[in-house]
Amino acid sequence: MEKKWFTISVYSENNVGLLNRISGIFLKRHINIESLNVSKSEIEGVSKFTVVVFTTEDWTRKIVMQIEKQIEVIKAFYHTDEETIYQESALFKIASHLLFDERQIQNIIKDNHSQIVTVSRDFFVLAKTGKREEIEEMYKQLKPYGIMQFVRSGRITVTKAEMKISSFLAAMEEK
Amino acid sequence: METLKDKKTKKESGIRSKISGAEAIIHCLLAEGVDIIYGYPGGAIMPVYDELYKFQDQLSHILTRHEQGAAHAAQGYARATGKVGVAMATSGPGATNLVTGLADAQIDSTPMVCITGQVPRHLLGSDAFQETDIIGISTPVTKWNYQVTKASEIPEIMAKAFYIAKSGRPGPVLVDITKNAQFDELEFDYKPCNQVRSYQPYPEPDKGSLQEAAALINNAKKPYIVYGQGVILGKAEKELKAFVEKAGIPAAWTILGLSAMETDHPLNVGMVGMHGNYGPNVLTNECDLLIAIGMRFDDRVTGDLDTYAKQAKIIHFEIDPAEIDKNVKVDVAVLGNAKDSLQQLLPMIKENSHESWHNEFKKKHQQEYEAVIKADLNPQKPGLTMGEVIGAINKASGDNAVIVSDVGQHQMIACRYARFTQSKSNITSGGLGTMGFALPAAIGAKMGAEDREVVAIIGDGGYQMNIQELATIFQNKTAVKIVVLNNEHLGMVRQWQELFFEKRYASTVMTNPDFVKIAEGYHLKARRVEERSDLQEAVTEMIQSKEPYFLEVRVEKEDNVFPMIPSGASVSDIRLK
Repeated sequence: MEKKWFTISVYSENNVGLLNRISGIFLKRHINIESLNVSKSEIEGVSKFTVVVFTTEDWTRKIVMQIEKQIEVIKAFYHTDEETIYQESALFKIASHLLFDERQIQNIIKDNHSQIVTVSRDFFVLAKTGKREEIEEMYKQLKPYGIMQFVRSGRITVTKAEMKISSFLAAMEEK
Repeated sequence: METLKDKKTKKESGIRSKISGAEAIIHCLLAEGVDIIYGYPGGAIMPVYDELYKFQDQLSHILTRHEQGAAHAAQGYARATGKVGVAMATSGPGATNLVTGLADAQIDSTPMVCITGQVPRHLLGSDAFQETDIIGISTPVTKWNYQVTKASEIPEIMAKAFYIAKSGRPGPVLVDITKNAQFDELEFDYKPCNQVRSYQPYPEPDKGSLQEAAALINNAKKPYIVYGQGVILGKAEKELKAFVEKAGIPAAWTILGLSAMETDHPLNVGMVGMHGNYGPNVLTNECDLLIAIGMRFDDRVTGDLDTYAKQAKIIHFEIDPAEIDKNVKVDVAVLGNAKDSLQQLLPMIKENSHESWHNEFKKKHQQEYEAVIKADLNPQKPGLTMGEVIGAINKASGDNAVIVSDVGQHQMIACRYARFTQSKSNITSGGLGTMGFALPAAIGAKMGAEDREVVAIIGDGGYQMNIQELATIFQNKTAVKIVVLNNEHLGMVRQWQELFFEKRYASTVMTNPDFVKIAEGYHLKARRVEERSDLQEAVTEMIQSKEPYFLEVRVEKEDNVFPMIPSGASVSDIRLK
């Protein structure tokens, strides 16, 4: 079966130790986590894990079932890139003098719709939000001038179709 | 001593009444109907042991000689009774010694609650004396785990622990309790848990799937049932039998499904799997419909997946959604507890007998009988076989003992030849294959089913992995019968070395101590059998003994277990020799 990018969305109780339990499921099957983000969700008290993997749909489905089996996981889903709206964020720390010495840098900032977060005597920081490829492209453009620090966040995703968590939770609580 | 009832009355009358976390743990256990726990004391769990001392008339604590023994004893108790087994240990090494038992209970879906002491909250993460991250360590081998650091959490967490352990697909739960939470006081109010909002233990069988399943079953010419422990855990023995009889379908057991239906039932055709019976394996690849009930298509059952039942439609009755299509792609999945699913299925099923299909199983059985079974049960050669020992136990116990087997050749022989008339009678480490399981598990099984004969069948290798539990047996006068089938080898590994590693017997030859003297050292009745002429009489003496009894049987050193599906081969390629 063909390997693809899949985004796994996990809605769970906000519980210490659950990250360990979930990451263990990937570890056990030697599936690399390409990106991971944990945040609150649209539902009060419910956390959302967003995990990106590059593997087959069969493996993704099996992993999602194992995740959903964990007691404190409310529901887990998986989606292809086409089924989601997704973004990552990145920060670039660059020496300040380059902003004046290398005119091309200003064009890179404009062309990539990147924002300057802060400027100090020694360095300035650029922020870029977009798809992985867009961030990679900006990285490639800046690299020749020297990047002091670079960091990229995990992918965050919303799905085009509904993930019925609220109604699911209401049904569970009715029981 | 002030009782909980007095305290409640005080509370009702408005007087504040608090108890320690340690005492609260005891009240939680009593509220859950626990009457026996297995464990070993130590620093970080001492407040709880102090309370156990005070409550000893209501709650027995069995001191094992190793925490691994406590975990397996709790498992044996759970497997024999269907109730939750409870084990307790201190922090650090006490907790880590439970891990094998947790892993065993996880893979064999055994309901168990383990309580571990932990260093006080303020020392967590400081590498304190006997501190270990047991939550981190036990996460992959528990259904759920939780670290309690405040006394006030105890009632809710204990209630949740028992609910999670026993509901749905059962499993082990570990509750780690810091020492300060044991000393601190709380207002005790216990409410049993019957719901966790993120957890759906009992999926409802879907009508549509049941109808599809029924249609397949009614139209099949060569239907075949394989049932597993899900039948026992789901208390669906009667429903299974009713279904099997009405539909007239041959049924085989997995190692953990064994005893769900009496061995003698005419539609019971034997065991599937690596050392299962010939017909049940070969005919898996000739049936037109495979009906899996409460089993999970373990690799030891399926052999090579690419050649497993490819010709057949497959129906899977299963409680755990994660098992559906995990190993074998199925045509119809019926999610739900086996009891509910089979109850709802039964009226949709037409009566049938499938006689000619059944005859194929009989023919295959005859082939296996001639090639293997005859020589195992009634050997004509001088040395004793493991099979004839099991036969003697069947005879002496009237096919009605609880058989607790360890892991290896003797286990396969026990599961092939032991005969059962009641459910929950076959207790063995199936999924994890834990050597050292049987001796402590037999203690728990006997304490859980006191009126039954409990016979532990163990190899000379596994016996020495938890041999210290002889002391537990002696101290508690637990009338288990221990049979060591001594072939002076790690027999199963030796068999593989013979067949697949050109007889290079690397570290499988054992120079053993005098097992009879060791048992006598623990003040147990003990006997050794070396001659066929003494076997039945010795086994009968053992079964009739009211006390614990140790029997060593010297069996052939290099016998092999057949039939056998070589690792990775197809079920059709099972070898008779």
